[in-house]
Amino acid sequence: MVGYLVRRLLAVIPVMAVVVTVVFLLIHLIPGDPVSVMLGPDASPAQIEATRRSLGLDRPIHEQLLGFYARVLRGDLGQSYFLDRPVVTAIAERAEPTLMLMACALLVAVVVGVPSGVVAAAHRGSIWDRTLMFGSLLGVCVPGFWLSLNFIYLFAVRLGWLPAAGYASIFSEPVSALRYMVLPAVSLGFNQSALIARISRSCMLEALQQDYVRTARAKGLPDRAVTYVHAFRNALVPVVTVIGVTTAVLIGGAVVTEIVFNIPGLGRLVISAILRRDYPVVQGVVLVTAAVYVFINLLVDVLYAFIDPRIRYD
Amino acid sequence: MTEPLTERQRWVRRLARNGGVMAGAAILLLLVAAALLADVVSTHNPTRLTPADRLRPPSGQHYLGTDEFGRDIYSLVLHGSRVSLLVGLTTMLLTSAGGIIIGLTAGYSRRLDVPVMRCMDGLMAFPAILLAIALMAARGPGVWNVILALSVVYMPRTAMIIRSTVLSLRELDYIQAARALGRRDSAIALRHILPNCVGPLLVQGSFVFAYAILAEAILGFLGVGVPPYVPSWGNVIASGKNVIREAFWVSLFPGLALTVAGLSLNLLGDGLRDVLDPRLRVR
Repeated sequence: MVGYLVRRLLAVIPVMAVVVTVVFLLIHLIPGDPVSVMLGPDASPAQIEATRRSLGLDRPIHEQLLGFYARVLRGDLGQSYFLDRPVVTAIAERAEPTLMLMACALLVAVVVGVPSGVVAAAHRGSIWDRTLMFGSLLGVCVPGFWLSLNFIYLFAVRLGWLPAAGYASIFSEPVSALRYMVLPAVSLGFNQSALIARISRSCMLEALQQDYVRTARAKGLPDRAVTYVHAFRNALVPVVTVIGVTTAVLIGGAVVTEIVFNIPGLGRLVISAILRRDYPVVQGVVLVTAAVYVFINLLVDVLYAFIDPRIRYD
Repeated sequence: MTEPLTERQRWVRRLARNGGVMAGAAILLLLVAAALLADVVSTHNPTRLTPADRLRPPSGQHYLGTDEFGRDIYSLVLHGSRVSLLVGLTTMLLTSAGGIIIGLTAGYSRRLDVPVMRCMDGLMAFPAILLAIALMAARGPGVWNVILALSVVYMPRTAMIIRSTVLSLRELDYIQAARALGRRDSAIALRHILPNCVGPLLVQGSFVFAYAILAEAILGFLGVGVPPYVPSWGNVIASGKNVIREAFWVSLFPGLALTVAGLSLNLLGDGLRDVLDPRLRVR
């Protein structure tokens, strides 16, 4: 077990090295001269030269890459051109809404997805099963950002039940924070709940075919207890992995949801940075989200090894 | 007396019996027809701005209404399918080609396997849509930049699938026999290994097609995809966002088209997986 943990931790190093390299290369993918693109057509040659030197773009590329590694390891993601503060600070200021949105969407996805899948599996072939599975197929295909627009039209414009867009911090105004969060969380969590439902169902069906389920039935336990205690607990194991994947997908989806609902999080930060050609911010946000993604996957793998002692990684 | 069926005929028959595959293929054909015949069946020029007709609700004159610039939504949706299908199809082809090259290399060369796959792991560590956004930020708007960005984002998974297929085949007896007979590695890879990758490639390809169409729409919606004047579903939904209070139809119909396209490819992918790889069948 300890050996597995150590190996799993070490495996993060090459992945993060690739991530940092890709993020470093982003600036070099800008067609033409990145500095004149960043500064726009009005920049003087002197300004361009100064920026080039301050970014280290005048040095050979391998030196630049090593410098970038060194800065990232020190936790320095550079300075935002536009916001006039370090990129790390800008990201920290905008992290709360994004984390809040992801947490709420994950809650929606799990609370809707797992029970739907379990019920569908327990009543396999019934009208419940068919309806839920058709719903989940549709749910996988409906684009979340489009769903949000329709939700806004229906629940905010037409019915007036919830605010159309905006954000309030849960710490200062908990009630309005929740009201603001309902539509974004549901529309972001919807696709993932459909995915979780499909996977929970197939895991549950797998578990229901195991010998220990037959044994439990044979010793006269009621069906309900067999399904919801014996099979369900074992079906949960793979579902945990899926929830890890879900969290990662939610990071990407949150960007789009924030734009629709005008939530001042990392997604809006990165999109406005693109429009202002504030490349250090773009690089910083992409790097941080990838790091979070890698960390979540690590956590899921470790958790997986803990909750399923049958798994041997030697 | 009936002739015994060839292997190929048996596959075709099994595919034809799968409801999902047939439904998905039928919808996809309809979309392709709409894209090819867009000029013939659309009622208006989708790029002409007629401010006098702005935000008209659906009617006999404008089947699906008009947007804030007076463009006809029905014609926009029809022409938008061209961008979606072009991006989806090309991304699928590029990811398959790249996946085959990288997957075969990694699966075949023990020396390159580890470094190549670590790079793929690294690329997959980015949330897909965010990496696409970042690539678009660097390269700027444009159809080909969208296709390239999405191909980079979705290629690693295809490569991993090809690699694991190669690894599972490499030690089989008939491959060993081919090697013992003195066949070169490249010949074995092309003649014996690649045909076995066709099934997984088709399945993965239909999902990549679906993801790419969706991602293209998201990029357009965020304003970093194809340029705003090009009719695309994402761009129309984006313009619908600004007028959602007055005109829900602007974003409703291109979004429906997007959902139907996604549905057809998911049905196709699920069905192909069930037929081609019964072990993975979701009961």
